[in-house]
Amino acid sequence: MTDAASLTIQQRDGRVVMAFAGRLESASIGALWHTAIRAAEHAHGQALVFDLGAVSFSDVGGASLLAAVEAAHGDAAELVGAQERVTALLLRARQATRARPRGEVAPRITVRDVITAAFGLLAASIAFIGEAAVAIVRLPARRRMLRVPDLLRYIDQAGVRSLPLIVLLGYLIGLILAFQSAIPMRRFGADIFVANLVAISLVRELGPLLAAVILAGRTGSAFAAEIGTMKVNEEVDALMTMGLDPMTMLVLPRIIAAMLVMPVMTMALDIAGMLGMATVMRGFGFPLVTIARQVQNWVAAGDLYGGLFKAMCFGVAVAAIGCRAGLGTGVGPRAVGLSTTAAVVGGIVATIALDGVFALIFYRLDL
Amino acid sequence: MTAEPIIRVDHVAQRFGARTIFRDVSFTVDSGEVFVILGGSGCGKSTLMKQLIGLLTPNTGRIEIFGRAITGPLGEAALRDVQPRLGVMFQSGALFGSMSLLENVMLPLEMFTDLPPEGREAVARVKLGLVGLGDAAALMPAEISGGMARRAGIARAMALDPPLLLLDEPSAGLDPITSAGLDRLILDLRQDLGATFVVVTHELASILAIADRCIMLDRAAYPDAGGMIAEGDPRALRDTSTQPTVRAFFRRELPVAAAA
Repeated sequence: MTDAASLTIQQRDGRVVMAFAGRLESASIGALWHTAIRAAEHAHGQALVFDLGAVSFSDVGGASLLAAVEAAHGDAAELVGAQERVTALLLRARQATRARPRGEVAPRITVRDVITAAFGLLAASIAFIGEAAVAIVRLPARRRMLRVPDLLRYIDQAGVRSLPLIVLLGYLIGLILAFQSAIPMRRFGADIFVANLVAISLVRELGPLLAAVILAGRTGSAFAAEIGTMKVNEEVDALMTMGLDPMTMLVLPRIIAAMLVMPVMTMALDIAGMLGMATVMRGFGFPLVTIARQVQNWVAAGDLYGGLFKAMCFGVAVAAIGCRAGLGTGVGPRAVGLSTTAAVVGGIVATIALDGVFALIFYRLDL
Repeated sequence: MTAEPIIRVDHVAQRFGARTIFRDVSFTVDSGEVFVILGGSGCGKSTLMKQLIGLLTPNTGRIEIFGRAITGPLGEAALRDVQPRLGVMFQSGALFGSMSLLENVMLPLEMFTDLPPEGREAVARVKLGLVGLGDAAALMPAEISGGMARRAGIARAMALDPPLLLLDEPSAGLDPITSAGLDRLILDLRQDLGATFVVVTHELASILAIADRCIMLDRAAYPDAGGMIAEGDPRALRDTSTQPTVRAFFRRELPVAAAA
């Protein structure tokens, strides 16, 4: 039963005779493939004969080999001693090989395609912002579509559940920042100002920025994956055909949730960071009262409000980019992964770009 | 060829928690046969199929494939030996979305044979040609229709020319012409390959066209559980069965109890 496939090639009366023997199966013909094809190419112009008398069994793989040999030779071969079943299979394989492939040539990508794609993306993003704006304007008439339980769930997911992470990260950042700056500043006897440094940089910059990065990684990606999967499963199409607006149903609650939780997350991160700083300062021998007084005297309420406002804007940007990536998901499981990546990268880049804009505005406004 | 049945299922039962899907299911599938598992929705057809391919272990009973018991203590090892000789088409094809149809069919060839890459491609193209997708090899699963996806699923299931093919609802949700084409394909493949088919379906026309033998499952076979209510040639069952559910199934009418 398990006689391996073999092949002998002979020249006989000006014809090339390929004598196959044994079981021609996908699992066993691998070794013959190259020899057979090369011999067939070589025999171009001569008649080709398949001697299949010694073939005990052939599956579709074996028939495919025969068909491929014929294709390489350019002409159909004469069959000798073939079993009826093998002949039938070969006929099928010939037929199957004859089907002309369509759309096989991969199109070349030109600079023009890239520019078109970039503009398309830009246009889609502008359209998204526009649609979101329209959704907000129309919200009073569509209040029913903005489901409060959904909103609460997103707030829970984006805010409450990331609180432990925020607090841990904030504490560590405060600790590290204070420790790293305390050592050089100590040489100038300025180590008391570490409190100012850490407090101001946290409240104005690091708090909102880190909170936004965490939001992008934890929540923006989740938004993109959720909406992307819905898109792939045609759930978004189903919503639209029911006359429900995906913008109001899916996007707005997520943006509102992010907007609401970001100031709270930033505040938590600021406080945790200052506790971290206080831990280090305490270690250097400063009493807590001194540290608190230092922070109180140097950090204005405006710094805090500015930071919280920035955080809110970052939240909107991250959530909007996440939802946009989700709604732009193509087809297939890979597309969901791509939009998740786009959501995280886009969210972080947008946050930092926005931060630059805010730095400029705050400077101009003397805040 | 061999007297030994390809599949032997012996008093198999499946429970999920307190719910018994079916119990006391026993049948054999002989070589070269088209065997159909039929029944209404929710009767456990797909569950039985999952047991046959080793995705689910039955709570009780014994399943043998090619004479090897895939249940019991040595089941895992037996299953690994048997798996290359099984081709499975899942409901709606289960094609890998990140690969073209050609790559989907080439994957098993790449893993289990030593064919050179152009050999794999040639074999895969023939398999796609057999199911009528020769001109769609470069398309991605997302770009094709449901019927094409099922046919591509069959092409992938036969990539290694397995002697046993299991198809889960190959014609569900397809138009009658495409569905008839699939039936034709199954019969052609059986004739040319000498393969054994186990087909799960509830498409009446398809059952009568392809099945040599069938079993019918019903969720109310026992007071407390589902099970087998009929076994045999579907045409004979249609004409002579006195079992009310079987009669109702083949005549497309409500069973007496449900109609009342």
